Amino acid sequence: MSAGAGANIVELSGLSVGYRRRGRTTLAVDSLDLAIASGETVAVVGESGSGKTTTANAILGLLPANGQITAGSIRVAGTDITAAGERTLRAIRGTVVGLVPQDPMVGLNPTMRIGGQVAESVRRRGVDKRLVPAEVVEVLERAGLDNPVLRARQYPHELSGGMRQRVLIAIALAGHPRLIVADEPTSALDVTVQRTILDHLGRLVTETGTSLLIITHDLGVAADRADRVIVMQNGRVVERGDPESILLASSDPYTRHLIEVAPALSHSGHVVPRFTEVDPAPEILRLEAVSKDFRLPRTSGGDRVFRALEDVTLSVRAGQTLGLVGESGSGKTTALRIAMGLDKPTSGRVLLDGKDITSAGWSELRPLRRRFQLVHQNPYSSLDPRFSVEESIAEPLVSFRVGNRASRSARVRELLDQVALPVDFRERRPSELSGGQRQRVAIARALALGPELVFLDEPVSALDVSVQDQILGLLTGLQRELGVSYFFISHDLAVVAQLSHEVAVLRRGRVVESGSTAAVFAAPEQEHTRELLGAIPGQRFAAALAAAPRPEGIRSEPDGIPAGSEELRS
Amino acid sequence: MSENTLIRGPEQVAPAVPPDPAAGGVVSVAVSEPTQAGAADVRSGERHPEGERVRRFGPLEAAGPFLRRPGFVLAALFVVFVLVSGLLPGLFTSYDPTATAPAEKLRGPSLDHLFGTDELGRDLFSRVLHGSTLTIKATGGAVLIAVVVGLALGVVAGFLGGWIDSLLMRTVDVALALPLLLLALAIVTALGFGTLPVAIAVSVGIMPGFARTTRAEVFRVKGQAYVEAARTGGASWIRVMWRHILPNSWGPVMVLAILDFGTAVLSISSLSFLGFGAAPPAAEWGTLISGGRNYLITSPWLSLLPGLFVALVVFSLNHVARTLEEVQR
Repeated sequence: MSAGAGANIVELSGLSVGYRRRGRTTLAVDSLDLAIASGETVAVVGESGSGKTTTANAILGLLPANGQITAGSIRVAGTDITAAGERTLRAIRGTVVGLVPQDPMVGLNPTMRIGGQVAESVRRRGVDKRLVPAEVVEVLERAGLDNPVLRARQYPHELSGGMRQRVLIAIALAGHPRLIVADEPTSALDVTVQRTILDHLGRLVTETGTSLLIITHDLGVAADRADRVIVMQNGRVVERGDPESILLASSDPYTRHLIEVAPALSHSGHVVPRFTEVDPAPEILRLEAVSKDFRLPRTSGGDRVFRALEDVTLSVRAGQTLGLVGESGSGKTTALRIAMGLDKPTSGRVLLDGKDITSAGWSELRPLRRRFQLVHQNPYSSLDPRFSVEESIAEPLVSFRVGNRASRSARVRELLDQVALPVDFRERRPSELSGGQRQRVAIARALALGPELVFLDEPVSALDVSVQDQILGLLTGLQRELGVSYFFISHDLAVVAQLSHEVAVLRRGRVVESGSTAAVFAAPEQEHTRELLGAIPGQRFAAALAAAPRPEGIRSEPDGIPAGSEELRS
Repeated sequence: MSENTLIRGPEQVAPAVPPDPAAGGVVSVAVSEPTQAGAADVRSGERHPEGERVRRFGPLEAAGPFLRRPGFVLAALFVVFVLVSGLLPGLFTSYDPTATAPAEKLRGPSLDHLFGTDELGRDLFSRVLHGSTLTIKATGGAVLIAVVVGLALGVVAGFLGGWIDSLLMRTVDVALALPLLLLALAIVTALGFGTLPVAIAVSVGIMPGFARTTRAEVFRVKGQAYVEAARTGGASWIRVMWRHILPNSWGPVMVLAILDFGTAVLSISSLSFLGFGAAPPAAEWGTLISGGRNYLITSPWLSLLPGLFVALVVFSLNHVARTLEEVQR
């Protein structure tokens, strides 16, 4: 499986890590064996609660106070650190094992200049004081930052997410570690940025002979980047092997399930739209030549106005889905807020069923709110923590004084049934629900008034892949049953393909391409659309996958597939 | 594509949340605070870090985190004792606080007279207990007024924002800049003496804290996605205010309220120490301490014991507030 034992940088044997809680220990990682050789790239894939981050923390000796190693051993560069003290661990961190943390937005100290933060890890190597600034610039350059001299003097808030992630990579590199642990290094970034960062990380690893451990929830990323892939579920390794054999000939039902539910992988590495033939339908919502300007704070020389949307025309058809795709900052959310009447456009019109609602105030719009509703991106914040599920779902009914207590209660039962939640969930609080269940409640609430149009603001981006698949399935099922239209915004083309009849690609406030999903995905006309499509991870073995005979009957036995990825969430 | 099966496959049920701190521990506090602020605290006590209420756990189980803190239990018991004795002093002492007994004047603490007797032979313990009635009433009044006014100001400022917010908050900043006792003295001088003027005077001093805390909380909750969800669901601002913003923002405010009980007790005692309290022969904590000053060398307990008593009350209140805050977090 790996080179000789001496060459291994990390060796985990029979490692079990548990978290103590109220006197009980819950195992997060259960007898894990893993060896990473020099220059090797290994990816650990799993959903929330699979123990992948716990594994990374154990290697770095960064387990939280209630975490403990219950069995097995960790050897890093030949040293046993299973029970090592802080002093031994500090000698290893940074110089032997470097970490690229998950969230570039919070991973940097906002009060320190970039250069100072990189210098910390350069200095730890014992570099001569006078040489540190030069090394900092060099390592920033190696991490792929343009104009490193300037960057070193800037503060984190002056950099974009992608640039911050590069700084974090630079900090990890600066210690010249023999292993870099990258914990979801690009999950918070756009696909195109993700691709450049991962490309760069991969190149650095090959150039310097460093090993790389990628922790990710995305099997596509893992397969694209790693020499070996380890799939974890509930703290156990369910499968390990080279990416090709895992993608093409996986024997494990859970891995096959993960492949099947990942929109980018399920069709042999190609993104295939769900709806290929679209019947013409009347328009229900139309944005006509909408532009939106935001006033910027006064700066010297800068523009006073930021144009978030420019001449955007979109239409949602009855009973169908419009997918609005774009990277962060492309104006998706602004378009959605204008369509919902939460913001007013600077110019242009918004038509609901042919009626101009552009300048309608709150009270004029209120009766119309019964006809369009919103599902938020993050199910963890869109439900009032003090409301029971029933109260949350019934709230729009109460707001519009629909029915009485009994009829509302009956409606809640009906809605719970529609979103496939047990009726006895009515009394629960959001904190007792998993992410997917919360999003089901949010969907039920949006459907309570029987709207014709539901706005979906990245409804699955905060969820695990298999839950994501279930929610997307639920949304398509509901659309078929109830005939609702969706205005769906997402940065993920693979997800858009699963839900949309029509798609519009937004870039810097302009619609660069639009049309039926099938047409746009099959033959993208614009460079930007092609770029977005090409950046979807999981395409390394697309050709081989397409050629390989597809395992039979995967979709036909979804019941046998463990949906228990959320089991460990507590 | 068998979507139906997929739709029907709900994610596994997340394990029920572990027993929550709250109800039981708060019961003891609730008993100790008969004011409206205390009653409101029952609700705030039901908050979890994420704010959910507890229904499925017995009060005993929920009291766990509180009962495991012996310091909290002691402090809460003492607060309860002070409250009960303040309202029904006859339960704990048979002496009349105003009955003089010249033969027994200036006796040291003993089993007969727990705190000894004063210069007129009155039982000091009885006077301390009877004196707490006035202090408790004034404290309760002060905190009640401060909470109501502070909450209203904070909600208006946080909710409306803009220039109204700036105006209210700058006013509050000015009030915050004035020393509490100085402000209270000025107001008592203007309004005259008595329990209600003292309560009003102290409440003006502690109100700014409530206004600012409330404003910050309202601001935070207002930005939550569930408020926007309620709004897009057609709920009016008033409904959003009552059902979402207020219940989710008054937890920290209530902790502050309990903390400010201590501050209020100190301020009221200070005022009565300076002579701005009940007229003799009525006893009040500050008056008792002040009255004992003349005998500090010969009979130090006359000032020390009431002083210690007040210190203990304030310390207990602070400890209770701190524990509530920790458990809430």
